[in-house]
Amino acid sequence: MIALVDYGAGNLASVRKALAAVGAEVWTPAAPGELGRAAGIIVPGVGHFDATRGLTADWRAAIAAAAAGGTPLLGICVGLQWLFEGSEEAPAVPGLGVFPGRCGLIDSPGPKAQAPSRLKVPHVGWNSLTMPRPSTLMAGIAPGTQVYFTHSYAAPVIADTVASCEYGVPFSAAVERGNVAAMQFHPEKSGPAGLRMLANWLRTS
Amino acid sequence: MLSKRIIACLDVRDGKVVKGVNFEGLREAGDPAALARRYNVEGIDEIVILDVTATVEARQARAHTIAAVAREIFLPLAVGGGIHSEADAAAAIDAGADKVSLNTAALKTPELITTLAKRYGSQAVIVAIDAKVAGPRPDATDARYAVYARSGQAATPRDAVEWAREATDRGAGEILLTSIDRDGTKAGFDCALTAAVSDAVNIPVIASGGAGTFEHFADVFRAGHADAALAASIFHFNERSVVELKEFLMATGIPVRI
Repeated sequence: MIALVDYGAGNLASVRKALAAVGAEVWTPAAPGELGRAAGIIVPGVGHFDATRGLTADWRAAIAAAAAGGTPLLGICVGLQWLFEGSEEAPAVPGLGVFPGRCGLIDSPGPKAQAPSRLKVPHVGWNSLTMPRPSTLMAGIAPGTQVYFTHSYAAPVIADTVASCEYGVPFSAAVERGNVAAMQFHPEKSGPAGLRMLANWLRTS
Repeated sequence: MLSKRIIACLDVRDGKVVKGVNFEGLREAGDPAALARRYNVEGIDEIVILDVTATVEARQARAHTIAAVAREIFLPLAVGGGIHSEADAAAAIDAGADKVSLNTAALKTPELITTLAKRYGSQAVIVAIDAKVAGPRPDATDARYAVYARSGQAATPRDAVEWAREATDRGAGEILLTSIDRDGTKAGFDCALTAAVSDAVNIPVIASGGAGTFEHFADVFRAGHADAALAASIFHFNERSVVELKEFLMATGIPVRI
């Protein structure tokens, strides 16, 4: 069974639906102690980094312990950001720090002037992936595949980046180190490619 | 590179997809879930359900339609029409919507934008603006665009550009901009309106109203500075497929997801 951690950061319906479509059995643990029996753990999230305050010290400890014990851990969207050290969006709220670096606002020159070429924030829509190296998560996904993003903050490209994307600047679209992986985009809203990635992750659980 | 999105709109009444001209004279176009299934296969980027005749008692019927469409797709799904309160928005999101689109309710109670943005994040809140050319400003040659409420039936004192700015400041994540003058006419998007709004805000603008040819889409991305374009009739009646449209746009150098 896959534990889908619900810390109040928005709607989990589409994640549940996508996991069901790739054959996962999912439950939402009521207490951190339940994570010990998870075959895999997903930390989802939409919206504001501040919502990860809902992942209180006991949840953090349980998630970190499970990951250290080899349980596959997957972060999605804000869940990816939380696996880094933190985010400018809520500087006082620490991330889990599995991956090095902090998330920053996607640079925006703001409205006016060069209207057609300026960047809008949030970064909303389908954008293409570049894979710097082979990975479990991206197995069978062709370079250039497009996935659905909706976010204003992004994580830097690091040694663990297995898919990068560019919106003004390059950022980590997916990261993977051992049994810990994460995606900034929404695999559950990215059509067949997104389902394939979830299935890839599920096979590690 | 970020793709320009092609969005199919399902105007739903009593559980059926309908589509009118200038918001009136609705004719039936089919079952929402069946259409969503077809668009999904054809490579649509997103689906919007607009419950055009939503009433208070329609909330449950709407939830049923949303769930039926959501079952068919692994794509972003937005829902508008009849979202008048936080409870309406919650019901739509619980039924499977990723985003809700506020129109009349946002005009009446602008604080609702902020309430929903705080609860679900700005990415879940679209403010839909129905605008109509209202003649030149008294002090300039530029066209002015008046905002209409209640499915285009009620004029408001608001200016579309100003309202888009305010909606953004209040926490909207996207603007869905419909030209009432062009809606259902197939005469092309109102590129001047779209550019005026898109240049005034720093969030994505979805252009709507008037799609009739593939060139119209290219125009609204180029001249209208739209981030996404929404259409209904051009797709519903099998006139042209989403695939053909995207191939056309790609050939003209506009980034799309194929």
